Amino acid sequence: MSSLTDNTSANVAAAKAGAEDTIRRGPPVEVVRYGVGKRINHWITAISLILLLLSGLAMFHPSLFFLTELFGGGQMTRWIHPWIGIVLFFSFFILFAQLWKLNLPNRDDVKWASQIGDVIGGHEERLPELGKYNAGQKFIFWGMASLIIVLIATGIMAWEQYFGLLTSIPTQRIALLVHSLAAVAIILVFILHVYAAIWTRGTISAMTRGTVTGGWAWRHHRKWFKDMAGRGRIDPAE
Amino acid sequence: MANTMDSPRTAVSNPPVQPMETNLTQRDLIRRSATSELPQPERQLTPVAKLIDVSKCIGCKACQSACVEWNDTNPEIGENVGVYTNPHDLSADMFTLMRFSEWINPETDNLEWLIRKDGCMHCADPGCLKACPSPGAIVQYSNGIVDFVHENCIGCGYCVKGCPFNIPRISKTDHRAYKCTLCSDRVAVGQGPACAKACPTQAIVFGTKEDMKKHAEGRIADLKSRGYANAGLYDPPGVGGTHVMYVLHHNDKPHIYADLPDNPAISAVVQTWKGATKYAGLAVMGLAAAGTILHGLFAKANRVSKHEEQEAQEAVDHADKREENA
Repeated sequence: MSSLTDNTSANVAAAKAGAEDTIRRGPPVEVVRYGVGKRINHWITAISLILLLLSGLAMFHPSLFFLTELFGGGQMTRWIHPWIGIVLFFSFFILFAQLWKLNLPNRDDVKWASQIGDVIGGHEERLPELGKYNAGQKFIFWGMASLIIVLIATGIMAWEQYFGLLTSIPTQRIALLVHSLAAVAIILVFILHVYAAIWTRGTISAMTRGTVTGGWAWRHHRKWFKDMAGRGRIDPAE
Repeated sequence: MANTMDSPRTAVSNPPVQPMETNLTQRDLIRRSATSELPQPERQLTPVAKLIDVSKCIGCKACQSACVEWNDTNPEIGENVGVYTNPHDLSADMFTLMRFSEWINPETDNLEWLIRKDGCMHCADPGCLKACPSPGAIVQYSNGIVDFVHENCIGCGYCVKGCPFNIPRISKTDHRAYKCTLCSDRVAVGQGPACAKACPTQAIVFGTKEDMKKHAEGRIADLKSRGYANAGLYDPPGVGGTHVMYVLHHNDKPHIYADLPDNPAISAVVQTWKGATKYAGLAVMGLAAAGTILHGLFAKANRVSKHEEQEAQEAVDHADKREENA
């Protein structure tokens, strides 16, 4: 048993530092869902995505061309859009490298997705107990990841200033069509992501202060919560 | 004195001496990029056209020089790679280019030296204008001229993708698109384009589109009488006709003239991108945003209950106990 005790004390030491995936005894009970690194990473990605959708929409539909004013005019918008895309690409994939394993689909996701009516109805008690991510969150994760790859690849082909001669004009036409379709898709994923975070009350603090309430973790990600409690990743009482 | 001549009839004569009102202003626009509701002009200018008779061209490049001179551009001095085409391609500083092709006629086994003056075709249905996202950066006047308005250009290069003839070029200096203007600044005051004025053999002629078609008929009849059975006028219907036309001695195969498209049209990909995608995409995004707002206002939020907070608390206490027992 001594080895387990050692293990637990190591976990407690980690918990002390306010590390991710630890329970704070409270009361009230809180859970650290995201460390500061991931939160900074998330917000750089989020701000980039918002700036990209504003500058991109300005060039997508004439009725939204006025959005170029936010960036200092059409020329500035055209210049800055791809550079923000580069920032987003790297920022997102640093996040991706840390989160992809937890977002691999499993059996619970199939069950969860098949009971989507209960999800929307807020009948959490009928759904399987879940780990750190549910199938909806995983869908957003993989949707963002794949669309960002499509967008960066087609975006580079359409980047006239540096890559105007990289591919042929017929290829660039396809690239722009795919780029705009992928952009529409990622905006839909973005809307879903933001709205899910708002609708599921208590979620946003995970990305601001890094913590959620114990009840939030118990309700939405019970397997994750039980796992932390079971492994003794609990902050000692103050 | 009232002006009776709205469009110049020739490039050869000197400019008119009678006072002439400048035309080709905002009130003569029939199309304006990224603008849905453009009031149609009160007057219709006589459509103009440039006719390039490749069979009369001697390849002297006077048209290129005149173009550089009039537009005050400075094409980079390049390197001779053993072909007559010089510079190697159109650029933001070279709006027109004589392209030289050596073609062996399979019927006669004769080498034919084909020279085509490349440049903007001034399509009736311009792909560049269709693709342009910036309001007023590309305009079309009622006389048929398609012009780039540089102060509105954002340098995105969509016009390059929209054009079926691969004509527009983006300047690396000021990041704006450039191409032949059909000398709109000369035409507006009653003069023909600089290239046509400079052409020593009158292989390039300019006038109303109707006159140019008539002139072409005479040239085609002449070519046919000399054994060019397939001589004809290149005024491609796929782009609604053009305001720069060619007389080709082999009009059945335009591609032999340095890849002049046989049946140019705005690419279906561009049509989809600037058609269905643009409108359906905006609608879908708008509906999604509106839908979530409505759901947010009227549907019940997913809240954590007090009971669940207690259960979490109990789970933590329970875990503590287990640890103590261990």
